Amino acid sequence: MKTMHAEAGTRLDAKAMAGAILRHGLLIAASFVMLYPLLWMIASAFKPENAIFTDLSIIPPSLDPVNFREGWTALQTSFTRFYWNSFVIAILVVIGNLVSCSLTAYAFARLQFRWKQPLFALMLATLMLPYHVTLIPQYVLFLQLGWVDTILPLVVPKYLAADAFFIFLMVQFFRGIPRELDEAAQMDGCSPWRIYWKIIMPLSLPVLATAGIFSFLWTWNDFFGPLIYLNDSINYTVPLALRSFVDATGTSAWGQLFAMSVLAILPIFLVFLFFQRLIIEGVAMSGMKR
Amino acid sequence: MNAAASEATHPSARRVLGFGRRDLAGYLFLAPWLAGFVVFTLGPALASLYLSFTKFDLLSPPVWIGAENYTRMFTGDYRFYQALKVTFTYLLFEVPLKLAFALGIATLLDKAVRGGSFYRALFYIPSLLGGSVAIAVLWRQLFEGNGTVNQLLLWLLGIQGPSWISNPNTAVYTLVILAIWQFGSPMIIFLAGLRQIPQDLYEAASMDGASKFRQFYRITLPLLAPVIFFNMVLQVIEGFKAFTPAFIISGGTGGPVDSTLFYTLFLYQEAFAYFRMGYAAALAWVLLIIIGAFTGLSFLTSKYWVHYEDDAR
Repeated sequence: MKTMHAEAGTRLDAKAMAGAILRHGLLIAASFVMLYPLLWMIASAFKPENAIFTDLSIIPPSLDPVNFREGWTALQTSFTRFYWNSFVIAILVVIGNLVSCSLTAYAFARLQFRWKQPLFALMLATLMLPYHVTLIPQYVLFLQLGWVDTILPLVVPKYLAADAFFIFLMVQFFRGIPRELDEAAQMDGCSPWRIYWKIIMPLSLPVLATAGIFSFLWTWNDFFGPLIYLNDSINYTVPLALRSFVDATGTSAWGQLFAMSVLAILPIFLVFLFFQRLIIEGVAMSGMKR
Repeated sequence: MNAAASEATHPSARRVLGFGRRDLAGYLFLAPWLAGFVVFTLGPALASLYLSFTKFDLLSPPVWIGAENYTRMFTGDYRFYQALKVTFTYLLFEVPLKLAFALGIATLLDKAVRGGSFYRALFYIPSLLGGSVAIAVLWRQLFEGNGTVNQLLLWLLGIQGPSWISNPNTAVYTLVILAIWQFGSPMIIFLAGLRQIPQDLYEAASMDGASKFRQFYRITLPLLAPVIFFNMVLQVIEGFKAFTPAFIISGGTGGPVDSTLFYTLFLYQEAFAYFRMGYAAALAWVLLIIIGAFTGLSFLTSKYWVHYEDDAR
């Protein structure tokens, strides 16, 4: 409010100021409504069980982490294990996507080879294909390979550039890098591999960061993949563990459930805090969902 | 043989013979994707088409039954129609309302508001978290009989609300609200679109005495039509694929009385709860056809309501 008065004091006339106040009023009200459920959940993670269905406050009554402590070990397997599983999968997926998608994108953006156009069209077509269409044969394949109940079905496809979206994103970016750079390098006798590694990659840090961040966020949040492929609770990821928390405790331990939910979204929130600009630009550029 | 050998030393002849060094480099870089495409996309897609004409329970080999899965779906399975009904109801409310919120807030934010990027980040947070299990768990509590939404209603308006989650008439709308809550990502796309509209159009309209509402209707909406179109297609495709919130809120059942039986949840149950893999494969192909038909129809009709700046006609 103070800043608005200062702004108004400079040059805005009364009408503009009224407009600004109205606009900020609306925006503040809207943000409060939007964020209330999240703030309430965080506060409730610190509330005793009997307060959760009566207390509407978004201010934690105390900072006693008892729900966090008890929730962490409430299931047979502790959340340390679930976190570890989630992190291992997410990090492996990030590496796989960055390596395999950038190799593919480099070929499509820079190299000349037979059937390049039809292959590129095929790659784009896979973007439109709902994963349900390939789901069942993939499951059968992984079952026969003995990979069900391991992280392999969630990780290995990413090393074979299964996320066409990131290929597309990188092709767009690589095309924007001046061709003179690789042509000069080619004259000096650089191989395509050296051009990829020494010229294209170092210049592509922004798109690599964007792809890496979104890979991490989507993998961390993913529920469907782990639900299908991970059976033994020792292999569960955090979202899967939360699901079994609901099943195990029913509606009797909301405080602990919220505490674990807050911890489940904490990494996403931290990534957002650090890479906010990249994430928002990424969404604006390409209309990325989620 | 000798002729071929001598020709092979000539670069242009090598192209004619087949793969050259240049092709080889390209395919080396492409190898991971190509392998993945064949093993994880093309192969499974074809296999799934075949399976959709079989009875297959994972334990015994698939048995060819012709189009029986498809005829059963359309003539003998009320849950298939229920799943379609739930999904379309969800889309019908979720997409327009979400886009309306996104556009409304984007218009507010576009006018160089102080702290605009701060608000933008705040509004985007739900989009980032919305699909997670944690938020679905929260939603389950919020809309329970004695949950927080009803506490608020009681406190603010003195109304005793029903249990939104366990009432089959209202359960799907709690998911609609969850989807609308995530209007942040279309909002960001709208903001990028709004920045492209030349400001002098508004200035000229103001000079001519056009009201703010009229400016929005006559300048913003038509010029933003391609972005609205893009957002709509994107949201519908995403909406068809929605799974996690319905699964968590209904405990995996799609209940109460199948009122949150999203198409994807139905498909999941058929495949992994009842092990009717052939039937589930047929469901997946029908989903592909529905999404394809919708996208195709949108693009075909778009020329009547979407005006592109650089349209040659």
